[in-house]
Amino acid sequence: MASGQQWVLVEMVQALYEAPAYHLILEGILILWIVRLLFSKTYKLQERSDLTEKEKEDLIEEWQPEPLVPPVSKDHPSLNYDIVSGPPSHNIVVNGKQCINFASFNFLGLLDNERVKQKALASLRKYGVGTCGPRGFYGTFDVHLELEDRLAKFMRTEEAIIYSYGFATIASAIPAYSKRGDIVFVDEAACFSIQKGLQASRSFIKYFKHNDMEDLERLLKEQEVEDQKNPRKARVTRRFIVVEGLYINTADVCPLPDLVKLKYKYKVRIFLEESMSFGVLGGRGRGVTEHFGVNIDDIDLISANMENAVASIGGFCCGRSFVIDHQRLSGQGYCFSASLPPMLAAAAIEALNIMEEDPDIFSVLREKCEQVHKALQGTPGIKVVGESYVPALHLQLESSSGSRETDVKRLRQIVDYCLERQIALTLARYLDKEERFLPPPSIRVVVTIEQTTEDINRAASCIREAALVILK
Amino acid sequence: MGRTNPVKNPAINPVTNPVINPVTNGNMKIHLNGNNSAAWQKNGFRNKLQINSMTNGSGPPTGKRLFQGPESFEQAPMYVAVMTYLGFGLVTLFGYFRDFLRAVGLEKCHIAKERDEQKDFVSLYQDFENFYTRNLYMRVRDSWNRPICSLPGPVFDVMERVSPDYNWTFRLTGKTIHNVINMGSYNYLGFAENNADFLKTVAERTQQYGLGVCSTRQEMGNLGIHEELEELVATFLGVESSMILGMGFATNSMNIPALVGKGCLILSDELNHTSLILGARLSGATIRVFKHNNMQSLERLLRDAVCSGQPRTHRPWKKIMIMVEGIYSMEGSVVRLPDIVALKKKYKAYLYLDEAHSIGAVGPTGRGVTELFGLDPSDVDVLMGTFTKSFGAAGGYIAGKKELVDYLRCHSHSAVYSSAMSPPVTEQILRAMRCIMGQDGTKIGQTRVRQLAENTRYFRSHLQEMGFIIYGNDDSPVIPVLLYMPAKVVAFSRAMLKRKIGVVVVGFPATPITEARARFCLSAAHTKEMLDQVLFDLNEVGDELCLKFSQRKYTLRPKVPYHNNNDTDFELGR
Repeated sequence: MASGQQWVLVEMVQALYEAPAYHLILEGILILWIVRLLFSKTYKLQERSDLTEKEKEDLIEEWQPEPLVPPVSKDHPSLNYDIVSGPPSHNIVVNGKQCINFASFNFLGLLDNERVKQKALASLRKYGVGTCGPRGFYGTFDVHLELEDRLAKFMRTEEAIIYSYGFATIASAIPAYSKRGDIVFVDEAACFSIQKGLQASRSFIKYFKHNDMEDLERLLKEQEVEDQKNPRKARVTRRFIVVEGLYINTADVCPLPDLVKLKYKYKVRIFLEESMSFGVLGGRGRGVTEHFGVNIDDIDLISANMENAVASIGGFCCGRSFVIDHQRLSGQGYCFSASLPPMLAAAAIEALNIMEEDPDIFSVLREKCEQVHKALQGTPGIKVVGESYVPALHLQLESSSGSRETDVKRLRQIVDYCLERQIALTLARYLDKEERFLPPPSIRVVVTIEQTTEDINRAASCIREAALVILK
Repeated sequence: MGRTNPVKNPAINPVTNPVINPVTNGNMKIHLNGNNSAAWQKNGFRNKLQINSMTNGSGPPTGKRLFQGPESFEQAPMYVAVMTYLGFGLVTLFGYFRDFLRAVGLEKCHIAKERDEQKDFVSLYQDFENFYTRNLYMRVRDSWNRPICSLPGPVFDVMERVSPDYNWTFRLTGKTIHNVINMGSYNYLGFAENNADFLKTVAERTQQYGLGVCSTRQEMGNLGIHEELEELVATFLGVESSMILGMGFATNSMNIPALVGKGCLILSDELNHTSLILGARLSGATIRVFKHNNMQSLERLLRDAVCSGQPRTHRPWKKIMIMVEGIYSMEGSVVRLPDIVALKKKYKAYLYLDEAHSIGAVGPTGRGVTELFGLDPSDVDVLMGTFTKSFGAAGGYIAGKKELVDYLRCHSHSAVYSSAMSPPVTEQILRAMRCIMGQDGTKIGQTRVRQLAENTRYFRSHLQEMGFIIYGNDDSPVIPVLLYMPAKVVAFSRAMLKRKIGVVVVGFPATPITEARARFCLSAAHTKEMLDQVLFDLNEVGDELCLKFSQRKYTLRPKVPYHNNNDTDFELGR
């Protein structure tokens, strides 16, 4: 073999000698050409024209930003708030007018409950007001531990976690679990804090029509087909259904038993927002799960705020420890915010005591709701939106004028008419441009157990009068 | 140290003299020139020590400076970084080993399990996400979330916990460790107090109003006392108008989206708080990050942004907003506000200043960093702050021009969708703010502001003298003491608790991996005896655990005397 190779080499050298000159010149030119090709750029670079310092200065000089905020006209409908002087309880003073409150979510009347106040005062004397730190850094008080324990027991779940602000609760809970690439199926009527939580999670979001289980199942099926195409991805894609127990925007209840069926059929976890239904629905105020008799363990996470029925501040999530405990390191609103002032936690504990001792208040509330719902029927030009047993209803215009602005104005006139006659109502407020699906304009009517039959009749007749006068 | 940390190493930082007199530094005019930096390199200090002088040559001359001190970020010797990485490596290896033991069933797995019914669902957590929690955090988690059962004042009572299973579960023994000195709470001005006389009005409001509001500001929750507080906040800050919210975190995350949006650019300091980052992300604006407190980095971004406009389309940006904090709670550094204001004016950007830790805590009369630098508050477009810290309450504010606040009152997410502030909390802020402003007819507030500054200087200078590496500005009441190694972090926290001192320790991921630290938050309510006790114990623990990493000599520094300003009847709340 070796001698063979040597022979080839010798032959090559010999061939070089024997080759004619033109051949050598040609080969030389070819080699040079290759070298040139190697070192030259085969494409033409874009003309680079760096700005000179002078040009940069000119650009900086010329650039005019938009103003920080666009000007707001003085009569913007949401610029001038109604002013409440004194406590926002059953008897409320709005814009200097003594009224009966049909606007605050004080369903159980716990806001001016003496027992709650006394507990809060006792806490104030011991702990002062603020906690001066997040939960991790000496912001965990015995009161917080007690409240978490009590909430878990009240809801009959393994664990509960409290947040210092209602809005931050579900808005922090969703992104703690659902990450980029995960899929969330959401009801179109979901409230704003859910929308913000979803946005923070950066997951894929699929909206289904409000309370429409067929539409949800259609989306789930679509996803199933998608998953079969790419099973590897499907194995790591978490799926969630996010619904509200009692929708604040539509005043109706989610079909929870159907959702649970879909959950097991398509292996999707359910997150349930119960801010409006906690302390309202169910024989003992445990919310939608109790209302429907659904096993609470079938719901992966329940979140609610303590700013409505509980009449304090803050929110909580509850469920199995496997799920909830994760938020203690991953819930942004939990880790990076000061903890709930102890006196507010103490008030919430006392509210739970009252709710546990006297479960009749829930049936009283239900009766009142039905009373109000019935009394408001047949108001000319107005339709009552919401289930009959729901304490936060919406009054919408039967026929829209075609312009949202005009509709809002007319509804506001009704509110003002009632305010004049000592019935405090309020418009349901939204950020028109921020809402994913903007609900139609409406007046909120809130039922509390403190409202007497007389109050309710007066309010209903007042609204009827107003509708007659304003809507003609 | 192998890795020069870009955060604390602005290489072109103009510093002339390693021995800087803390008092006169603010008035020294320092120019950036080659000779200085050459000399700087020659003396060999550069890799070990950076002093971020507050006077920075990059911007045009700015307003007069009052008494702000220098900022220092000393780097530890190389072996510390090596040991730190080694420590993490060892723990990680051990973690894998234990995971293996758990997998083969030799070790009991304590972690909560998924229900059997849902075993075939997609796993809720990723495994690597949990590795850190399961194997590192679990071993040491007794250093955090310690429950307390008293006022979070200068001393508090910690509830004793024991863990039968190496921190997987805790059991409260029912015993209380009394009178632990509190070096962790953000109680800067000592308004976390339960003196009945001071809290009289708060109790009255509770009795009158109850606790909640049960509605949003725009609907039926706009109470008279909210408007009263908004006016007071505006007066306190010296701006036209202000708006308050029920939660500090939400003040950022719910208002930034109302101010900027698509087509806008946010320039954010790399160490900004999560709430600012969340708000920026929710806004939909483009976010670019500049190096911590580094004006060169910020200016480069600003120049680039104005000159080349939006990516791809090259349309000019609609607005550019710079987002910074007053005092950075993990670094103890103070924002270089004069330089930022100069840059913002030059490039017509807007400035969003988060004063969560600085309002009340710095400035001769507690008005925050604008006052510390002697700047006009109207130079800052959006002033944001919280009431959780200096005011001993909860919530936050946004303040500025009337147009800004009017716009936010209509378009802020918080005004429309979140519950209004609790009346007793509102009253607490009102009373604390009136006290600082002297409207209560006493000098208590101002005494406390001075006392805090005094305590800060006293404590900082002694720590440095002992040889600890501490970060941050001389005026900052937040004092990070560097511990570096993960094992020392926990040992330190436990040893200090044993000596009845409650400290906060933080490590990865809240800090860079090699820079775990303990954080001391000073309060005007700390007495000299308490501080001396803490310093004494720190000195001993520091020797015991070998925590004195500093290679600087502080003998040149004049000893800071302690003047007790407690000439009024300043209650400590116990």
